[in-house]
Amino acid sequence: MIKIQVDMALCQHYGQCVFEAPNVFHLNDDDKLEYLAEADDSERDNVEAAVDVCPMQAIRIVE
Amino acid sequence: MSAPVVIVGAAMGGLRTAEALRRAGYAGALTVIGDEVHAPYNRPPLSKDVLSTVVSHEAVAFPARAATADVDWMLGTRVTSVDLDAHTIVTDDGTVLPWRALVIATGLRPRRLQLPPIAGRHSVRTLDDAMALRGELVPGARVVLAGSGFIGCEVAATARKLGCEVTVVSPSVEPIVRPLGRLLATELRRRHEAHGVSFRLGRTIAQLDGGNRLDEVVLDDGEILPADVLVEAIGSDCNTGWLASTDLDLRDGVLADPAMRAISIDGRVRDDVYVVGDIARFPNLMFDDVPRRVEHWNIPTDTGKRAGSVLGAWLADDGTYAEVAAQRFTPMPAFWSNQFEVSLQAYGLPGLADPDGIRILAGDIAAEVIVGYFRGERLVAVVGLGLKAALLPYREQIAAGVG
Ligand SMILES: Cc1cc2nc3c(=O)[nH]c(=O)nc-3n(C[C@H](O)[C@H](O)[C@H](O)COP(=O)(O)OP(=O)(O)OC[C@H]3O[C@@H](n4cnc5c(N)ncnc54)[C@H](O)[C@@H]3O)c2cc1C
Ligand code: SF4
Repeated sequence: MIKIQVDMALCQHYGQCVFEAPNVFHLNDDDKLEYLAEADDSERDNVEAAVDVCPMQAIRIVE
Repeated sequence: MSAPVVIVGAAMGGLRTAEALRRAGYAGALTVIGDEVHAPYNRPPLSKDVLSTVVSHEAVAFPARAATADVDWMLGTRVTSVDLDAHTIVTDDGTVLPWRALVIATGLRPRRLQLPPIAGRHSVRTLDDAMALRGELVPGARVVLAGSGFIGCEVAATARKLGCEVTVVSPSVEPIVRPLGRLLATELRRRHEAHGVSFRLGRTIAQLDGGNRLDEVVLDDGEILPADVLVEAIGSDCNTGWLASTDLDLRDGVLADPAMRAISIDGRVRDDVYVVGDIARFPNLMFDDVPRRVEHWNIPTDTGKRAGSVLGAWLADDGTYAEVAAQRFTPMPAFWSNQFEVSLQAYGLPGLADPDGIRILAGDIAAEVIVGYFRGERLVAVVGLGLKAALLPYREQIAAGVG
């Protein structure tokens, strides 16, 4: 399992992460980010890509 | 031992290329040379949230990854020239370094007004620039912005938030009109004015007056603006000086193919020289085959990953190179901007739209809105003010090339 943290004080709900890891990140109908705090190891590459594309650099994988 | 892969430019594009090279399996020597003293960091906050609080490297640094722990970072070092035949570069202390493959990631530098130096003049590209400017944005300071593009308008909004008196001077008819078109530009100006930012549009700066430091900015129509601080955000130039003696195609950045391989003036594609980030002029077949430079934040990451995987395959010499280089590469241009309460987000290339091809797709221009940019029937870009979730499906439409 990998652990994921998003700094919600930084997150601007842009949803770029949604395209890289749709199984982990999601924008709800109120334009707010929802995400899984834990995901399967098979999601690691996608979440790494989400880390790269987040404009606010708000996403961390906690090792 | 063979010579290292050398990446010139230690910012986002250089970092992402280094990471991608390691991901592609290249385990050999890797050197990243950059003239800034700071490890790679994120620039956008330097005109936005970070400029309004505490500007520090910690606040903007990209997290270091284990995969690039063994990279040789030569920071505070400028490359002055390169010899593509001898496979060498020269740094500012005269050192000659050999390379096996070269990555060009030297980005842009801000263009400056052709006026005499005086204390109080600023630009915003680097962390050091932002630190110097931050100290001067005190409540009551009279701040003049030269230029009304994204960075100019963002700094204007931030300075206003910090209690400065802000005037934007620009030859344009509206702020940010070139990238966004008239419809949104007019609305953004209205919102800035509602927050107390003044505009002098259709004007340029003719003269700077003051003793030890700036006191007045004189416009071309003779108007005098009292000023403590002048921030110049009038566009950028490509850092290609160190490539001047090469035969690479340097007309507007450095020309590359969709595999991010550099192309010489006679059209030859190089297997050993790559171009990434703001400085790369490359065709994006999502739209057409015209090479363009795209100064958006996602481009250094997308082109860096692309260059890293193609170069990685070339270095591996395992028979996959031709196949990897031929893969389709059509990164979706994406950018955003925060100015006061406005949260703007865009996908695609609005600049490709027909003059009459800009229309509202959803919402209300005075509140939250999605504006579509069409070339013929085809949607080439969308820009949203708010309406973030509703914007996402348009991204697929742009990528699919449908109207
Ligand atoms: C203030 C600001 C706000 C921005 N906001 C946004 C935004 O909201 N949204 C968006 O989409 N984009 C934004 N951008 C644009 C985005 O930051 C750039 O697209 C991105 O930084 C480009 O990265 P790069 O690695 O290609 O080039 P750069 O970041 O320019 O890096 C090039 C590096 O190479 C170094 N270098 C140059 N010449 C040499 C040499 N000869 N030898 C050694 N080193 C050299 C430079 O010093 C620099 O460190 C903003 C940019 C700025 C400056
Ligand atoms: S990309 Fe970053 S800022 Fe955007 S929604 Fe995801 S975590 Fe938030």
